[in-house]
Amino acid sequence: MKQAAQKKIAQFIGFFLLRSCLTIVLAVLLLFLYDIGRKGGGAISWEFLSQAPRKGMTQGGIFPAIFGTFLVTLITAILAVPLGMCSAIYLNEYASQGRLTRLIRLSIRNLSGVPSIVYGLFGVILFVNVMRFGTSVLSAGLTLGLMTLPWTITASEEALKTVPNSYREGALALGATKWQSIRTNVLPYAVPGMLTGTVLGLARAAGETAPILFTGAAFFLPYLPKSAGDQFMALPYHLYIMATQHHQIEQVRPLAYGTALVLIVLVLGMNMTAVVIRYKLRRKRR
Amino acid sequence: MNVETGIAKIETRDLDFYYGPVRALKNVSIVCPKNRVTAIIGPSGCGKSTFIRTLNRMNDVIPGTRVEGTILLDGKDVRAPDVDVVELRRRVGMVFQKPNPFPKSIFDNIAYGLRINGMRDKSKLEEVVEKSLRGSALWDEVKDRLDENAFALSGGQQQRLCIARALAVEPEVILFDEPCSAIDPIATAKVEDLIETLKKGYTVVIVTHNMQQAARVSDYTAFMMLGELVEFDVTEKIFTNPANKLTEDYITGRFG
Repeated sequence: MKQAAQKKIAQFIGFFLLRSCLTIVLAVLLLFLYDIGRKGGGAISWEFLSQAPRKGMTQGGIFPAIFGTFLVTLITAILAVPLGMCSAIYLNEYASQGRLTRLIRLSIRNLSGVPSIVYGLFGVILFVNVMRFGTSVLSAGLTLGLMTLPWTITASEEALKTVPNSYREGALALGATKWQSIRTNVLPYAVPGMLTGTVLGLARAAGETAPILFTGAAFFLPYLPKSAGDQFMALPYHLYIMATQHHQIEQVRPLAYGTALVLIVLVLGMNMTAVVIRYKLRRKRR
Repeated sequence: MNVETGIAKIETRDLDFYYGPVRALKNVSIVCPKNRVTAIIGPSGCGKSTFIRTLNRMNDVIPGTRVEGTILLDGKDVRAPDVDVVELRRRVGMVFQKPNPFPKSIFDNIAYGLRINGMRDKSKLEEVVEKSLRGSALWDEVKDRLDENAFALSGGQQQRLCIARALAVEPEVILFDEPCSAIDPIATAKVEDLIETLKKGYTVVIVTHNMQQAARVSDYTAFMMLGELVEFDVTEKIFTNPANKLTEDYITGRFG
């Protein structure tokens, strides 16, 4: 009897601790969202979203930053999505699973842990200086693309691993080539997962400051970038300026919170898109 | 080997198979006669599945494996450099242990093998799908719902779907790798009846750990143990008067 009571108490304490941890995490997250929403909500207006900053950024909106973030994310996607997916397909489906492949995979995993400022400095050397793209939206997008690649490769590989081997073998046993079995019987079932992982990686890239700091983001521009060779304004960098570098820091605080809110909504929106894509493609399969 | 077998469709000679350093098959020489059912029986881990998977070179896709010896299909070495493994697998179909329908419609499952071989003609596809489903005795159960996902079928139906899918590409040989181990007894009976009728048009090789099943469906039986062929003979002889003491012990249930 005594033992049974002890077991129950132990279980109670165990679950209590687990629940407490989750509660703390959620509370911090909600508090954070609430604070940004409360302080930034007041700044949000159509003008704020559609106009350029005015009067030393103490008035006006953040449209150039929104536009720049979209543009740079687009370039990131153009680099990271096809390269990442194709690399993952090669690694998971074709490469012989020997020591070299394991080493490559380990390196890729490790690259995703490299601090983003390091990517930023690498981007300066490679894209800005060596390849002479200058400080531009192209250099910044490519730098973010490099940073996102390890994520897209890893996520795509995980998605490919969820496709049962029996689909591959079943196709081969019917006289399919390896390529046919992958194209018709593996990829269709892996693509939703691959896309989800990829969009999550892009959302992370959209919110990064360090990699674009030296490669193309500008403090303030009176015009929108006209080509991939121009500099651009971006939400995370704009936020950084407004929060720490502005000469009238108290006055622009509401605008800074507004920018933060827009950035969070943007990233959340991208993540939701990933969820919707996965859901839709999964349903189509059934 | 002095067993009267008629025309050999598949023949292996001194077949060895290695998973890395482990020798899983040792000098296996078996004849699978044309238009007959040959059963491979033996305790778990004896190399039955490994053996059957060498016949259509499905083991090629497992890294670190090695084959030695000869595998003949119609007298021609299937491992010769001029043999196209893709064409070999079309000629030697396979049904796996666990039903493995693709997450597509019933129709698309059956049509899969034809489509990857470039068949686009809709009416021809429909014709082959019906013929294949009739061939696997599934037509009457699914003819009104060919557009449904194959996962909606029961386990036994799924296995017959996989048989129909194999039939659709008109193979000459069908390999069954323990086809009934994951389905219920009634479904098993249906699959067994099917195998019986299939031998009119095909050469069948079936791996099974169910001795009664081997006795019921096969014309010839090979008994394997620890990677070696212990005895190969006419099924009736194996089950009534085996030449080898090990075979007798196994079929009478003394081990295994």
